[in-house]
Amino acid sequence: MTHLRKRIVVVGHGMVGHRFVQAAIERGLTETHDITVLAAEARPAYDRVALTSYFEVGAKALSLLPKGRYDDPRVTLRTGSEVVAVSPRRRIVTLSTGEDLHYDALVLATGAYPFVPPVPGKDLPGVFVYRTIEDLEAIRKAARRARSGAVVGGGLLGLEAANALRRLGLETHVVELAPRLMAIQVDAAGGRTLSRHVERLGLSVHTGAMTEAILGARKVTGMALKDRKSLDVDLVVFSAGIRPQDSLARAAELAVAERGGILVDEHCRTSDEHIWAIGECAAPGGVMYGLVAPGYSMAEVVVDRLLGGEGSFEGADMSTKLKLLGVDVASFGDAHGTTEGALELTYADDVTGVYKKLVISEDGRRLLGGVLVGDASAYGVLRPLAASGLPLPDNPEDLILPAGGGGGLTLPTEAQVCSCNDVTKGDIIAAAEAGAVTRAGTTCGSCKAQTRKIIEDHYAGQGQVVDRSICEHFPLTRQELFDVVAVHGYRSFDRIVEAHGTGRGCDICKPAIASILASQLGGHVLAGSTRTLQDTNDAYLANIQRNGTYSVVPRIPGGEITPEGLIVIGEIARDHGLYTKITGGQRIDLLGARMEQLPAIWRRLVDAGFESGHAYGKALRTVKSCVGSTWCRYGVQDSVQLAIDLELRYRGLRSPHKLKGGVSGCARECAEARAKDFGVIATEKGWNLYVGGNGGATPAHARLLAGDLDTATLVRYLDRFLMYYVRTADRLQRTASWIDSLDGGLDRVREVVVDDVLGLGTELEEAMARHVDGYFDEWRATIEDPEKLARFVSFVNAPDVPDPDISFREERGQIAPAVSLGPTIPVGGAR
Amino acid sequence: MTPVCRVDQIEVEGGVAALVDGVAVAIFRTHDGNVYAMSNYDPCSRASVLARGIIGTRGGTPFVASPMHKQAFDLRTGQCLDDAAVRVPTYDVRVDEGVVLVGPRLESP
Repeated sequence: MTHLRKRIVVVGHGMVGHRFVQAAIERGLTETHDITVLAAEARPAYDRVALTSYFEVGAKALSLLPKGRYDDPRVTLRTGSEVVAVSPRRRIVTLSTGEDLHYDALVLATGAYPFVPPVPGKDLPGVFVYRTIEDLEAIRKAARRARSGAVVGGGLLGLEAANALRRLGLETHVVELAPRLMAIQVDAAGGRTLSRHVERLGLSVHTGAMTEAILGARKVTGMALKDRKSLDVDLVVFSAGIRPQDSLARAAELAVAERGGILVDEHCRTSDEHIWAIGECAAPGGVMYGLVAPGYSMAEVVVDRLLGGEGSFEGADMSTKLKLLGVDVASFGDAHGTTEGALELTYADDVTGVYKKLVISEDGRRLLGGVLVGDASAYGVLRPLAASGLPLPDNPEDLILPAGGGGGLTLPTEAQVCSCNDVTKGDIIAAAEAGAVTRAGTTCGSCKAQTRKIIEDHYAGQGQVVDRSICEHFPLTRQELFDVVAVHGYRSFDRIVEAHGTGRGCDICKPAIASILASQLGGHVLAGSTRTLQDTNDAYLANIQRNGTYSVVPRIPGGEITPEGLIVIGEIARDHGLYTKITGGQRIDLLGARMEQLPAIWRRLVDAGFESGHAYGKALRTVKSCVGSTWCRYGVQDSVQLAIDLELRYRGLRSPHKLKGGVSGCARECAEARAKDFGVIATEKGWNLYVGGNGGATPAHARLLAGDLDTATLVRYLDRFLMYYVRTADRLQRTASWIDSLDGGLDRVREVVVDDVLGLGTELEEAMARHVDGYFDEWRATIEDPEKLARFVSFVNAPDVPDPDISFREERGQIAPAVSLGPTIPVGGAR
Repeated sequence: MTPVCRVDQIEVEGGVAALVDGVAVAIFRTHDGNVYAMSNYDPCSRASVLARGIIGTRGGTPFVASPMHKQAFDLRTGQCLDDAAVRVPTYDVRVDEGVVLVGPRLESP
């Protein structure tokens, strides 16, 4: 007898439908079942939780299935396939094309649609909802011709939408019917604190305001509010809640909940035994859940049931933590204190805009829930504490007082840390020990910091402390050293090591301090006693090669060079017998120069108008460019001019690691700007600025820091970004890993650089201005200084004798280093 | 012994290369005023570069780090601190009235 494989049909490919398929593959359901996923949209599942970041990262980064298919061949994803009917009796679904598909089990994951209240004018051009990538695209397009916009709905998604409008440069209003923002999650006092934060960002908040009509004849011109002045807006976004997409189930006469949603039991089974419903379209016990985590739980339950398991959906943790408009907001457990006899403990600081509330059981022993606004750092400890029923410490107020942050508490192993993916503290530790990672923090991200801390604490507890001291001579990180030098105004290594270190330094701390002194003082890297701190490349202003010779790279800003320039470089290479090669940074490398030849080579380069390219330094290397709008038929901006300007502005800037830039004249990105530490890509309106890219062993794509900037703003942001990096990164830490190491990552960089939350903007710009003003060519300064020139001899006692250990052979018509076997010891050499 | 240079031609915590009987010798001066001499040839990278290394201390041991791949060599003995099997020959060296004199290659200690 042949074993017949069964077929599961999944309708809908949103986050929950995708999770169902993932779990089915992981847990082996596809060993016995074929799965067909029918998605009405052309786009496979994407991360709707992070929808607002679409403008920055694009659709590809949001996709949950970038390849567009599952690796398991037993799963078929059919996009653009709309289901129009379900026949439970015949067990078939019918597509809009008329095609019928048989199923053994049907999983409905059709999600929800945005609710638009029936107000006059709701169908006018200029009225949008906020749910899909297509919605965001339409909003972005309309925003180009708009000056101001309003979001109807001050809940979680409404504030996200408001942030999107603000980022698009619109004067933004938030209109909320309830008396406070985020009425579901926070209480009245928390809502007030949140409103103040939001208003400080320049948004207008209208709470307790009812939208009566959208005004306008052919398009939106304003909106009328009950008992208030109407608003002049060009664009309206409705974000007033969602409704379950249950029409297929209704037509198939499946039971639905009173308030909408496909009614399912605790196994997520509908009124038909072969049909299941999960996510926002489902209503377990009549209740619909508009968050992704409960949907994920439902998906897992159905997979478990289809495998013959006993899983059930036990209601959901509606805890939320997010950063809205730069403000931390969190609520968890019984946030509104509805449990009988519940007590409240609150802390409020109107000056800094922090509000925290704990809801505690009548006997004062257990945490039931809470609200955090303005500072949600304690969420990672408080939410699991509430969920696990662990007894409260004696002074629960310490949990929310400043400086407290719940840090003193230890979570039990079984405490759930990631509620989206049901990962416990024990899971995280077990995975870390096995060298693996859990799914914790991969959905909403709110538990990322807590997850990191659990791993760190675990290793610290085992005595495996990660020592971030730069080396044995200084118990400080590079950033701390930078601050120490700045605060005390040190100008020499001797003073620094005497005051803050031990011994006489090494090849790690000396170049790091040389770089810090160069960043703070300017001046020549070979001046005075700093020369002996430099790595050989900086010490000889050239790059050492395998046979002890050096390479010379003159600066060719933006890669633009005249025929005369090319000829001069060619002549110099020919006359000194150097090997030449084009570099990856659009310049020319001259290799095989013996140390004593360097000044003569520089002399000729400097005389021809060239200068050091700093190819030897932890410093700005090049700013690569395409030919841009001057020549290219696709170019929209003059990328060459900008690349030259940026390269000349930042040339010579000493940094924790080498720095590269790129400027592309259009979105075709021929300059590979996103593979650089800072990359600029031209748009119709200006420039998009990307940061944190690099090639090399660990390639990283730069991510968008800010978009559509004019040139002056671009330069201002770059000044701040680079100086902030120079000041705070670790030794040999490139921009990509520096950004990742900051708490908050790229968002933090944006807060500091764009929003200037630390108030450092002017200081960073001034530091860069000092660098720009203080720049000089190190090669020229060296050949004009006899004292520095004296170093460039092969032997102190035989300045003109070439080192006998350096020799060359010929390869492909040019020189190549020959291996030296070491000094030949004359007979009886060991006298 | 061969006079090679004045001691003040060597920076404190710096090095110079000298040609002694046709062989490249690296001469270093440390912060405490001592002068050391060893072969300029780095056996790890097979290049004549040690005089251009950074001088420092590990614990109480004065060392030079090869500018090529950063292996450290004890200035007193030439012993590689990162690889017990590697040692660089050292030379007798002395400062006489401000002049650095380099003598014969020393036997292994």
